[in-house]
This record gives sequence, structure tokens and C-alpha cells, in this order.
Amino acid sequence: MPVFNQSRGRIVQIIFALVFLVIIGQLINLQLFSVKYKLAAENNAILRKIIYPDRGIIFDRKRRAILENSNSYDLVVIPSETKGVDTFSFCRLLNIDTAEYKKRMRDLTFKNGYVKPSIFEPLLSVEMFARLNENIYKYPGFSLTERSVRTYPYGVAAHVLGYIREVDTTYLRKHKDEGYQIGDYAGRTGLESYYEKVLMGQRGVKNFIRDNKSRIQGAYEKGIYDTAAVAGKNMHLSLDVELQKLGEKLMSNKVGSIVAIDPKTGGILCMISAPTYDPNYLTGSEQKKHFSDLTFDPRLPFNNRALGTKYAPGSTFKTVVGIIGLTEGVIDERTTVVCPGYFTGCGTGKPKCLDKGTFQFTGAVAHSDNSYFSTVYKRLMEESKYPSTDSALSAFNVYAKSFGFGHKLGVDLPSELNGLLPAGANYRKEFGPRLFPCNLISNAIGQGKVETTLIQLANAMAIISNRGWYYTPHLVDSIEGGDEYNMLDAYTTKHYTDKRIPDTVFSAVQDGMQAVMEYGTAVRSRISDIIICGKTGTVENYAKVNGVVKKQPDHSFFGGFAPRNNPRIAIAVICENSDQGARVAAPIASLMIEKYLKDSIRGAERQAMEVEYTNRVYIPPVMRMEIAKKDSLKKVKENEQLLQQKLNKKEADDSTADESLQPEPEPKTVTPPIKNIPVPKRKADKLTAALIIDERKNKKTNSK
Amino acid sequence: MSTRNNISSQGVDWTIVWLYAILVSIGILCIFMVEYRTDTNWLQTFLGGKTNYSKQLIFAGFCTLIATFILLTDSKLFTALANLLYAFGIVLMLATFVLGKNINGSKSWIPIGGGFNLQPAELCKIFTALALAKFLSRQETEFSNIRSQLIGGLIAIAPAILSILQHELGLALVYSAFLVAMYREGLPAQILIFGSSFAILVVATLILDPNVLALSLTAIAAILIFLLRKQIKKSRQLLIIIVGVWLFCVGTQRFVVPYIFNNVLECYQSTRIYSMVGKEYDCGKNKKSERKQGEKAARKPDDYNVRQSKIAIGSGGLTGRGFLKGTQTRGKYVPEQHTDFIFTSLGEAFGFIGCFAFLAIYLFLLYRIVRMAERQRSTFSRVYAYSVASIIFFHIAVNVSMTIGLFPIVGIPLPLISYGGSSLLTFTILIFILLRLDADRQMVLR
Repeated sequence: MPVFNQSRGRIVQIIFALVFLVIIGQLINLQLFSVKYKLAAENNAILRKIIYPDRGIIFDRKRRAILENSNSYDLVVIPSETKGVDTFSFCRLLNIDTAEYKKRMRDLTFKNGYVKPSIFEPLLSVEMFARLNENIYKYPGFSLTERSVRTYPYGVAAHVLGYIREVDTTYLRKHKDEGYQIGDYAGRTGLESYYEKVLMGQRGVKNFIRDNKSRIQGAYEKGIYDTAAVAGKNMHLSLDVELQKLGEKLMSNKVGSIVAIDPKTGGILCMISAPTYDPNYLTGSEQKKHFSDLTFDPRLPFNNRALGTKYAPGSTFKTVVGIIGLTEGVIDERTTVVCPGYFTGCGTGKPKCLDKGTFQFTGAVAHSDNSYFSTVYKRLMEESKYPSTDSALSAFNVYAKSFGFGHKLGVDLPSELNGLLPAGANYRKEFGPRLFPCNLISNAIGQGKVETTLIQLANAMAIISNRGWYYTPHLVDSIEGGDEYNMLDAYTTKHYTDKRIPDTVFSAVQDGMQAVMEYGTAVRSRISDIIICGKTGTVENYAKVNGVVKKQPDHSFFGGFAPRNNPRIAIAVICENSDQGARVAAPIASLMIEKYLKDSIRGAERQAMEVEYTNRVYIPPVMRMEIAKKDSLKKVKENEQLLQQKLNKKEADDSTADESLQPEPEPKTVTPPIKNIPVPKRKADKLTAALIIDERKNKKTNSK
Repeated sequence: MSTRNNISSQGVDWTIVWLYAILVSIGILCIFMVEYRTDTNWLQTFLGGKTNYSKQLIFAGFCTLIATFILLTDSKLFTALANLLYAFGIVLMLATFVLGKNINGSKSWIPIGGGFNLQPAELCKIFTALALAKFLSRQETEFSNIRSQLIGGLIAIAPAILSILQHELGLALVYSAFLVAMYREGLPAQILIFGSSFAILVVATLILDPNVLALSLTAIAAILIFLLRKQIKKSRQLLIIIVGVWLFCVGTQRFVVPYIFNNVLECYQSTRIYSMVGKEYDCGKNKKSERKQGEKAARKPDDYNVRQSKIAIGSGGLTGRGFLKGTQTRGKYVPEQHTDFIFTSLGEAFGFIGCFAFLAIYLFLLYRIVRMAERQRSTFSRVYAYSVASIIFFHIAVNVSMTIGLFPIVGIPLPLISYGGSSLLTFTILIFILLRLDADRQMVLR
């Protein structure tokens, strides 16, 4: 048979070859010249998982761990594997209703997908964990996973240690380049925040291969690109847990603060801010609720009053006025001033002085004579070497500033306040362009515009005890493994007070302060075998209540140090709206000093004193009102709920005929959701309700 | 003339048998790559027979058996049964409309028990190849006349139309492979040229703005008339031809192509074709999707498959990630990777070098078959050989092109590689019948 068209066989072959060439061309384009596909493949398939290291542990001065890590459990669920779960019994186990169960499943499926594990219930309580652990095998798709949680074995020093919380958008915006992402935890207050870099450690990265549904398939390249996590560094504090504990006990049911400093090193021995809270309260399964409870408490428990509230220092400031007066030579130790019941120098009859008589310097300090220090202050302001009161005031401030007043000390805690040393400019509004010494006279006794934080006051006491020098007060003594970020350098520089102050001046002031304890205002707080130097303070204060300025109970102050020779503790105490300085703050300080120097409160009398001051209740009247208001609102709310329940029941009775079939589950399903009213809603209600009541009161007063 | 021997292995082209074995082995390895999980004991699952690669191995064993049988038969059997088998195939395809089972949206499978399904459209390729060879080798057939060409075309087109009715566009397209065989037997080249020009026009319609294309077509016509004005003066006919072609082209791009996309093709098909040239297709224009809206909201089609497939192949680079190391394959990012997109696992694991070598094996096989075709004495064998070559070629070209984004996605398996019993069996039978015929190439078969 003849073969036709043989040339066409060749053409067919050429067509085959051409098409293959086109394919090869596209393969070259895809595989050799397009980088984007390789990148896209990595984005597709490689999951970078961040490994969180354990945060650093914090120890006190005697190496007791006061902040460490423990394990808690989360209930984790993979929604796609939960088919056939006995939802009803599971919900009974968890104390939730099936509607809640469905809602949670829907939410987490929406957030995290159907086939990936999500947290169904975080941070299980111990009982809940025990209950679930026994039964978890019955519920496919559910499992318990461990996670590290911060715990506070002593349950003290909440303000000092601070807490960690999940970062929010504001935090992320502030810390843009530090590698945080949603879901991370970061220190938000206290040491946790200030030393975040140190405590956090170094996060590691693990590369996983994931599939098209983001399920992990195993390590990528057997982990050669992984980096290990480095645990956070441990820190040692100068804090004494026992002292801190006693301080918190003594300050219970009071509002105020105690700060004690080791004058030799500047290390803070204790820092109490009352009211405080157990820091473990904010780590458990109900932390969200607890956070909002504390945030909306009228006593503001989150405020660290040791450095976050400014107070007029009252008579404790007289020590500084005295030092400046003696240094400038406007008085000497033998200068006497008469107190006829009030200060005569300005003709206003103010300030008053209570112990009538004639005082020398020591006696004036011992009895806290207002007349004496007003005279000193007036003399300082009238000094002829200064052309005006303004310049005299600035000269005074130069001294005072060297005692650490009027500016941030640089304590290693966030949100420290400045305090205020008033200058001429602060008075222009009130007194016009020209100041007279009598305009400022209340500063002499720490009542005018002078404002200090309690830690500034404690630091001033440390300076007096050291006779003119101090280290910046700080909490962290050392960081295990070295101070990588040089955060402790600032605490090794010695600061000196103004060089013009001679040593004898400190002796004179210390004499006076010793006299305070021996026969002066704080005589009842003296301890026989410890020479304490101290100064009480009683600060008048006013508060606006419903638009009317009203005098409130005095703030009780005390500042001091002990022992006089070779001082080991300098302390400052404030108890808001309680009583005179000698009656509350001084005894509390003396108990603290005894505890620190002698390790315990000795003798029946002193122990009785400890119990007495622990039991005293000094809640400022303004806060009392707020709390009462809040409680009554809660009651109204509860009544409303009861009413609602009754109505519901009535409706049920009225409407359903087969109600008798299911009387059991009815109340059960009704009550829990009411208990679990979402917190934010309640908050809002409270606030608006509170406002409304205020307005009502205002209207009443207006109509009167 | 040749010495007749009872040993039927005599004259069998062992090169092709080896190529066949190599390709089937590569296929099983590729399926293994797709199914492989680090955390499972592959030997156990392999012996368990539950996985696709062990099933494919069973298919391969079965195919070896069939292949042996074919080699043992007499070549005359195929010429004798060609028409009967073709009729049987058509009947089977018709039967799917009654017995058919719906798999992946195409109702083209007949369940044959034991979890196995048969796709008659696959088998029909063999029967059509045989029938076409039989028709063209008839002594009374003179392929140069139009009537024979039409009958030949009809033989190829009938199963294709049935395939389209079963929503198997890919399989239907394969039947155009017979054009190559017919071209070799004397189908006028003009038809091929006309066909490819038409294809270019359709692609241009897709890519270019309709008005721009219409204007440029008019411009080309005008220039042609201007250049050929002297010839046109001589014969009016030329002018009529140019104007006719111009009218046809503009009509096509203006009305025919939009009509096909909006009224003939399904929404997802139009979308795939448009996404090929990097454009979006508005399904709102599609009449079929409109009709369906009442029943069920159509799944939003996108180019996920092609994108993932390109990523997988592109990430292979020059040398590939290595056997079982492809992240895209292990992560199951490419849908249907063990069947239609099997080429991606190869591309990712062995890179450009692997792909090149693999395609070289294919090309070698094709050239070997074409060479074999040219040495046949009987037209029947030659036509059949060309049919086999072009069917395989068409499968490879379309399948690989679609995985690398050169062709819209149509469900066509990669010959001897893709998972699937029907496909493997079809190609086995196709190749071994050819080997049987080639072994008897000295005989004249009709």
C-alpha cells in the first residue's frame, strides 16, 4: 500500500515539539524567573509560632519568691471534632446552659476557625480542673492544656509588683517596634511594667508546616530555622515581705500609704498603698470580673498612693524648713519664739498654735510649734540679701529641691508624680504681681501649696538620717545574669543635698526629731530600746461634697528614721482622713520600725497596739458615701432582678399548660444567665445610675 | 513474508513497554508524595490498601494483566470488532444518562460495584480510535472527498457531543485530537489553518476591547483593499472574499463569542477561560447561572486552583524541594492534586530539571509512536497509531498547560500518571493494542 502524505508525519512531529517548547518556556518562567511563587509558598505553608518564655521570678531581700510562675489549665476545643458530644451533661459539668455553649462554640469557630483548637474556658479553677480531668475522655474534641500563670505566694505588694494583661490596641500603638502582637501578655503596672524587658525574656520562634486548613503538619525542615526561647531574668528586690505584710495588715480598712527605705542604699523596704488587694485576685478564672470590680471601686485600689497621689506634707515639712532656716542663719538652736495661741507675725491670727509657751528649736520641733516655723519661714522670705519675696522663695526652693522635693525621684515604678515646690509664678493669680511673705506663710507648716508624694517624704527622712546624702529610692537590688539594659545604673549614684548645709544643722534637727519621740507629740509611740527620730504631721483638708466645700477629718502623717546612729530604716506614713499625726501614723510607723529592726512586735502592750491599729477603720467620708451609693444601687438592681424573676415565673404559670412537665429545668435555666449578666453592661448601668442620683440631689439643693 | 511465530512477544516494541512501565511507576510515586504524611507509617497504610497509591498499584497490576491478554490476542480481532465496539461504547455512554452516578458535578460514571466506577467516555476513546482507523482503511474510502471527511468527523464528534451532555468538557475536547490523525490521512490543511485562525480571533476577542478589535479588523480590511486595488479591479471576487471575511470576523467577535460565553458555557467555565487571560467574567451576564439562581446560589468561582498550582510548581525552582519535602504538597494546598493536578507535586519536588526530564520521557514516547505509525504497512494500524499519539499528546498538552496557567481548567488526567483506574486502563489498552498491531506490522489489516 502506498504511503501518502508522508511529509505530514513530519509536520505532526513539529507540532508536538512546538507545544512542548511552549510548556517548557512557561516552566522556565514559573520555576526559574518568578520569585513570588516561592514567597507565596512560604506564606502558604509555613506557620511561625512564637514560643513564650517563662517570665522572670521576683525575690524579696531574703530570697523569698514573691512573684513566680505556676501552671494553670485551659479547656481547649477543636469544634470539628465535637460531633456526638453529650452537650447537656457537659454543660452541667461546666455550670453553663446549652445556649451559652452554642454561643461560645459559634463565637470561637468564627474567630479561630472550625478545625483549629480554641480556648473554650481559660484558667480553670482547681475544682473545675479536677472535675473535668476525670470526665474529659467522654467529650471528644475537648482537652485540657497547660499554661504558665503568674502567682504571688504571699499575696502582698500588689501595687509594687503590678500585673500582666493581654495587650490591647493602645498598648500596641505605644510599643510599635517591640514585637508585640494581639494575644501577647505584657506587664502593665508596677515592676512587671517597669522591668518588662528584663522579665519578659526572649521569645523564640518555631516554624511549622501547615496544611490548607491551617492544621499543623509537623516541624519545618526539622526545626533548623527555629530559635529557642530565653527565659526572663529573675530579680532581687530590697523589699522585705514580712514588713510589707505587716504594713498591709496595719493599713487594712484605711486609705493611705507607708513607704520605708533603707537609708544606706536607697532600697525600698516596703511600699504599702491602702486599700490594696490580693494580686492573685487578678490571675484566676474570673479575672475580668475582678478587674472591673477593682476599677470601679470608689476607693481607687489601683492607685499606688506612695507615688501616685500628692499630699500636703503638713508638719513633717517643718524639718526641712528648720534645716534651711538654721543654714541661712535666720535662727540658731537657741532662738526662742513665743506661742500665744497663734502666729503673731502676720496679724491674721493664722496659723494657730496649740501648745502655748515659749520654745527653743528642739522644743519647737518636739511640740510641732506652728508659730516657731512660721517665724522661721517669714524670716527666710524677708532676708535682706534677696531683693524680693520671689527670689527668696526661689532660694528656699533650691535647698528644698536638693532634698528631692518638687520633681520625680526616678523610682523604678511607672507613673510617679512630681509633687510641687511652689514658685512665685504659682501665686500670681491669687496675689497679683508682688508677693509678700505673709501670703506664703502656710507653706512653713507644709499646708500651703507645697505638695509631696509619700516616697519623697520617706526619702527626705533618709536624707536627714544620712546627714545630707541619698541614693534614689528603688526596689530592684540586682538582676540575675546581669543588668543588660543598664536599668540599675541610676541607683548607684550618690546624691548630695545643698553643700551649704553644715553637719551641725542635721544634728540639731535630729535632736528635735528625737525629742518628738521622747517627750514631744509622738511620745506614745516611743520604743524603749530603739532611738527613733520622727516628726508627726496633721493636715487639714477639705472636700467638695455635693458642691459644698466641707472640712474633712485630718490626714495623719508621720516621717522618721531609726536608729538615730547608724540608721537602718527611714519611714513615712500617711493615713487619710483619720486623726492627728501622733494618733494614727506615728504608732503605725513605730510598729513598722520595731518589726524591721527587731524582727517582731515584742511585749503584750505593743502587740495589743498592733491589733488595735489593725482593727481601726478610717474610710474617708467621701468614699463612704460613694460606696453606700453603689451598694444601694446594687440592692435596687437585685430587687429588680427578683421582681423580674417573679414576673417571669408568673408569665410561665399563666401561659403554659404543660408547665407541670418541666418545673425542674425552668428555674435552673433562668437563674444562671441573670448571674452572668455581662460585666460591661452592668458597669455602664452603674455609672449612669450614679449620675442620675447626683443630679437629683443637685436639683433638690437648687430648689431649696 | 515474516516467519510466523507462536511466541507473541516477537516483534513487540520493548522500548515503549519500558517507557510505559517507567511512567506508571512515576505516577504511583507522585500519588505517594501527595498522600504521604510524616506521622503515619506508610508501609502499613500501603499494605492496608486504603490509600490511593496502593489502589493505583492494584490498578497497575490489573492493567498488566489486560496488557498481557492484548498481546496474546490476534491483531485481526481488532479490525473485526472495531465497529461493534464503537457501537457498544456509544450505547454505554447513552446508558450513563440512565445509570450514571454524579461525581464532582459530572454525571459520566457508571458504578460497577466494589466501590469502583467506570467512565465510558474514557473507554470510548479506544473504540473511536479503532472505528476511525477501520473507516479510513476501508478500500472504498477515498479520504480526499468531502463525504468521507464528514463521516470521519462524525465518528469522532459523536462521543464528544455525548461527553458535553454529561458536563465533561475536558473529555469532549480530547476528541479533537482525532483531527491530527485525519490530517495525516489527507484532511485539507486549510481546515487546520482556518481552525487556528479562528482560535486566534476568539482569544483576541477575549483580550482586546470589542471596539478596538472591530476597528483594527476594519483597518486591516481597508489596507488589504488598498494594497490589492489593482487585483480587485481585475476581479470583483477578491473584494467579495475580503469583505466576507471581514464581516465574518467582526460578527464573530461581536456576537458569536459573547453568545457562546453567556448562553452556551456554564458560568464557571466562562470564568475560568476569562481568568486565563487575566480578566474577570461577570456571571450576571450568564443565562445559565440566571436560571440556576432560583435553585441554589452558585459557588463563587475563582482562580484558587490555578494560583495554588502555579505556586506549587513555581516554588520548585531549578532543582525542586526534594522527594516528599514539598510544603505545598504536604499541606494539601492544591485541590485534586492526586488526579488532574498531579503534575504540581512533580514540579514542586523535582523542580525544573525534574519537569524537563519528565516531559522529555513523554516526548520520546510520542516520537516513538509516530515513528512506529510511519512504519506500518496497513492504513488501519497507521491511523490507529496516529490516534493514540495525538490522544496522549492532547492529554499531556492540555493537562500540563492548565497546571501552569496556559489553558483554562478542564478535567483531563495526565496519561499514566494521574490517579484513576479508568484513565490508566484506557491508556494501557490504547498503547498495548498499538503494540499488538505493530508486532504484526507486516500484515495488511483492514
